[in-house]
Amino acid sequence: MSGDDDVILIKDGKRLDGRGFEEVRNIKMEVSVLDRAQGSAYIEWGKNRIIVGVYGPRELHPKFLQDPTKAMLRCVYNLAPFSVEERKKPGPDRRSVEISKVAAEALSSVVMLERFPNTVIDVFIEVLQADAGTRCAGLTAASLALADAGIPMKDLVAACSAGKIQGQVVVDLMKEEDNFGQCDLPMAIVPRKKEVVLLQMDGKLTREEFNSAYALAFDGCMKVYELQKNTLLASMKKFVGEGGEENGD
Amino acid sequence: MEIEGYLKKDYITNLVGEGKRADGRRFDEYRSIVLENNYSGEKACGSCLVHLGKTKVIAGVSLDIGEPYSDKPNDGVMSTSAELRPIASPRFESGPPNDESIEVARVVDRGIRESGAIDTKKLFVEDDLVWIAFIDLHILDHCGNLIDAAGIAAISALLNTRMPKYEDGKIIYGEYSGKMPIKCVPIPCTTVKIGNSLLMDPDTDEEYAMDARLTVATTDIVNAMQKGGNGAFKEEEIMSAVDMAFEKGGQIRKIVTGD
Repeated sequence: MSGDDDVILIKDGKRLDGRGFEEVRNIKMEVSVLDRAQGSAYIEWGKNRIIVGVYGPRELHPKFLQDPTKAMLRCVYNLAPFSVEERKKPGPDRRSVEISKVAAEALSSVVMLERFPNTVIDVFIEVLQADAGTRCAGLTAASLALADAGIPMKDLVAACSAGKIQGQVVVDLMKEEDNFGQCDLPMAIVPRKKEVVLLQMDGKLTREEFNSAYALAFDGCMKVYELQKNTLLASMKKFVGEGGEENGD
Repeated sequence: MEIEGYLKKDYITNLVGEGKRADGRRFDEYRSIVLENNYSGEKACGSCLVHLGKTKVIAGVSLDIGEPYSDKPNDGVMSTSAELRPIASPRFESGPPNDESIEVARVVDRGIRESGAIDTKKLFVEDDLVWIAFIDLHILDHCGNLIDAAGIAAISALLNTRMPKYEDGKIIYGEYSGKMPIKCVPIPCTTVKIGNSLLMDPDTDEEYAMDARLTVATTDIVNAMQKGGNGAFKEEEIMSAVDMAFEKGGQIRKIVTGD
């Protein structure tokens, strides 16, 4: 968030990629893309490309970490070294540790962890190409992967960001807007209860601008939710159409 | 798991349901805030020990000269780290920063960075050389609400930070050329949700019992937010947490600036 005023991000009421202020980028989702993982999902969100795998519930080691009242949900968000223009040094940095933490917390609110005491559910978010909004895209795909794994959940988690560019509040920032905009507000919701499970913000927003950014992000999340449901429905239709259990595992 | 917090959880939740807190505070009431400026002595360029109730956090500011970021060649650099020292809680262990300490550091960092509290333009020294401000947050006693305590400590330490002299390519520590240029005072305020109630400035038992927390760092606008915990917030809860953060932030700012 440099808030650089010299960079033009809005021209003739349109954004750099021709989107309107309330328009989310193109999103494509798919589930069951990996063989070994219990559940998996792939998402293309604008130029973002992310693959998510879920393992578990499985035994948690070391044992002292086990919780006899519920399962632990762990999340690892990882940027591939080639996912950004300037190579990212492999391994966790402070940013990815923080994203992993808030993503795990968001998913923990919907997964029925109390059904699997002493175990761990591992969610691995691998970002193959990053173009702003990776935590939202990753989280969206992660909840699909959990559903794909057949892990009992109260609802999906749908995520989308809002932000401010050249003084205008818009939904779903792309890379240039993230770099030169004045604010980024990633959000994730549990759509059926209309509750917020991830909310971060950095930059500059007045109290009124926060209200409109919140509304735009929420609206974006609801659009993402519809796509998620359609993706899961299509995968089920395919599963049943191909003769059910013989092909699925 | 923490057995003590687990056993107290029902008690805390029921108490909050009755509109009460274990220590008798109102839901929007902070524990007492006491600042001890320049606590660590004269070696650090700036420091402050904050007592937030029984929580104790010391922030130290060190200054060095180094290269600017390539995309901002004329701006000074800031960096924030937090250490949850094992002295502060039986739960903390020695070793590299974990997700909890990284979160504290990054949320405090965002509030200061995004509000533009440090006038980084004035930290320019010469071509390819700028001042680098390191803010180190040392958690000494964890009795809840580390983010707010650390955020208050960080900005307080910055406000009493002196710039060392820089002559002939060398930093002369112990001699000063003036004060650190600070433009505004961002204050993080944390609200937790327990059942259907919103409480500010949670202690450790309340943090264990909470469904979720929301930290909002404000100046005259919102500069940073962070939701934590496994639970969820309703829209109206978020809006009241933001409003409460503006109100309490203003009161705490007065304590920090001494107005």
